Amino acid sequence: MAAADELAFHEFEEATNLLAETPDAATTSRTDQLTPQGHVAVAVGLGAEDEVEENDKTSLLQEEKQQPGFWTFDYYQSFFDVDTSQVLDRIKGSLLPRPGHNFVRHHLRNRPDLYGPFWICATLAFVLAITGNLTLVLAQRKDPSIHYSPQFHKVTVAGITIYCYAWLVPLALWGFLRWRKGVRERMGPYTFLETVCVYGYSLFVFIPTVVLWLIPVPWLQWLFGALALALSASGLVFTLWPVVREDTRLVAAVLLSAVVLLHALLAVGCKFYFFQPLPLEHIAPPPQAISLSPNTLLASTSPRTMVT
Amino acid sequence: MAEAAESPGDPATASPKPLFAGLSDISISQDIPVEGEITIPMRSRIREFDSSTLNESVHNTIMRDLKAVGKKFMHVLYPRKSNTLLRDWDLWGPLILCVTLALMLQQGSADNEKDGGPQFAEVFVIIWFGAVTITLNSKLLGGNISFFQSLCVLGYCILPLTVAMLVCRLVLLADSGPINFMVRLFVVIVMFAWSVIASTAFLADSQPPNRKALAVYPVFLFYFVISWMILTFTPK
Repeated sequence: MAAADELAFHEFEEATNLLAETPDAATTSRTDQLTPQGHVAVAVGLGAEDEVEENDKTSLLQEEKQQPGFWTFDYYQSFFDVDTSQVLDRIKGSLLPRPGHNFVRHHLRNRPDLYGPFWICATLAFVLAITGNLTLVLAQRKDPSIHYSPQFHKVTVAGITIYCYAWLVPLALWGFLRWRKGVRERMGPYTFLETVCVYGYSLFVFIPTVVLWLIPVPWLQWLFGALALALSASGLVFTLWPVVREDTRLVAAVLLSAVVLLHALLAVGCKFYFFQPLPLEHIAPPPQAISLSPNTLLASTSPRTMVT
Repeated sequence: MAEAAESPGDPATASPKPLFAGLSDISISQDIPVEGEITIPMRSRIREFDSSTLNESVHNTIMRDLKAVGKKFMHVLYPRKSNTLLRDWDLWGPLILCVTLALMLQQGSADNEKDGGPQFAEVFVIIWFGAVTITLNSKLLGGNISFFQSLCVLGYCILPLTVAMLVCRLVLLADSGPINFMVRLFVVIVMFAWSVIASTAFLADSQPPNRKALAVYPVFLFYFVISWMILTFTPK
């Protein structure tokens, strides 16, 4: 019976597919479901003309609220239009990636925010510098000859690294996906802000990992690092897979492996730079130490100081 | 009290009454005099004050500003729900506190300059750009606090941490050891909590209720970073 078919519960996948095809359709939150404003209908059994009507209503509604120019304050305020519960939900979604779930469609619901990426990057930068300094404190406990210093320059380095990664890599990815847009029929590329959002929230899992790297057991540190990298990279891959799977196999494989590789490079680089493994004579010292060691040899007569 | 005459509250009478029909029946009882002044005599005298601040001595000007700053310090140290910080904001207090903190935190020329603590400029930039970022964040989230009011509150609430810095420097004059570190840790933690509570008391009311945590978290991060800089300060 057609009526019973319309009333039957349809999978949520279809709604997300519809949403993928019309990415500009206004999505409404759960409280607004009673109002018949251009929301994407879940009951796909509606006739074709009803869908056209919905799309017309949607486009009309969108034209009504004018986009403020990018020089006004309201333009940027639209990117911070999130509640505490929404931010927490997005963080949870990035911590537990699932194969069918697309982060952009299911959690962002096409309403990206800039609060999450900005403050997660800030927190990660400071946590990196602070815990890196704390490992120095713990090392000094064991070996009193190590000279402790606050190493404030690491905050600058951490900040620049994290922010460049979280904003320039999504820019490159977005540019590349738009360039390949012609090959895809079904699904449009993500907007720049959605890509930034995905990357920003995917960095959240590194915050507890970095804190756990305080434990001075090397294999445990590598285990935590691998776990965090797996969670984070799989979140990215699951989000990018629907966009990329219509492309040629080669491009898809290269893109996904490049994304995972860059992520791994970030994790490993942070581990090596901020958490110097001890004791120092077993590992080759980093380049800064080599360039500065003549000075320290001349300046200090006391036993070795730890130069980073 | 103005009393309405007996107005028929009888629902049985279904006749439609004209609007505000009972108003004409209100009468003011005779034993309360209605009086008052309509003119505002103080206004002209305030204008006289404004022009006369040019002629006052420098001592008066400086003392007036110092007293305003001191009053706000008291409001921070004993945070109550008051509007003084918000209504009469000024940035002298934050400037004094920031310069004091940055002077105390800066390291002299270390044997390895890259390895030392923050320089004066770094502390200054962190405090001011941190405060500006938090203010922008709270305004973008929809808070109805003005830009300079928020800067004023955040700057004044650094006062407990400046006190902690002074205490730490004094404690560091004694010989270092685990007790020394414990005392400093305890003082910094208490002052950090005080700063966060004081600034939240002023700032949290200006946010929409479902975004309070989003606006307070950056404040927490800001004071945490400053506390970390204070705790890791090692004199040469």
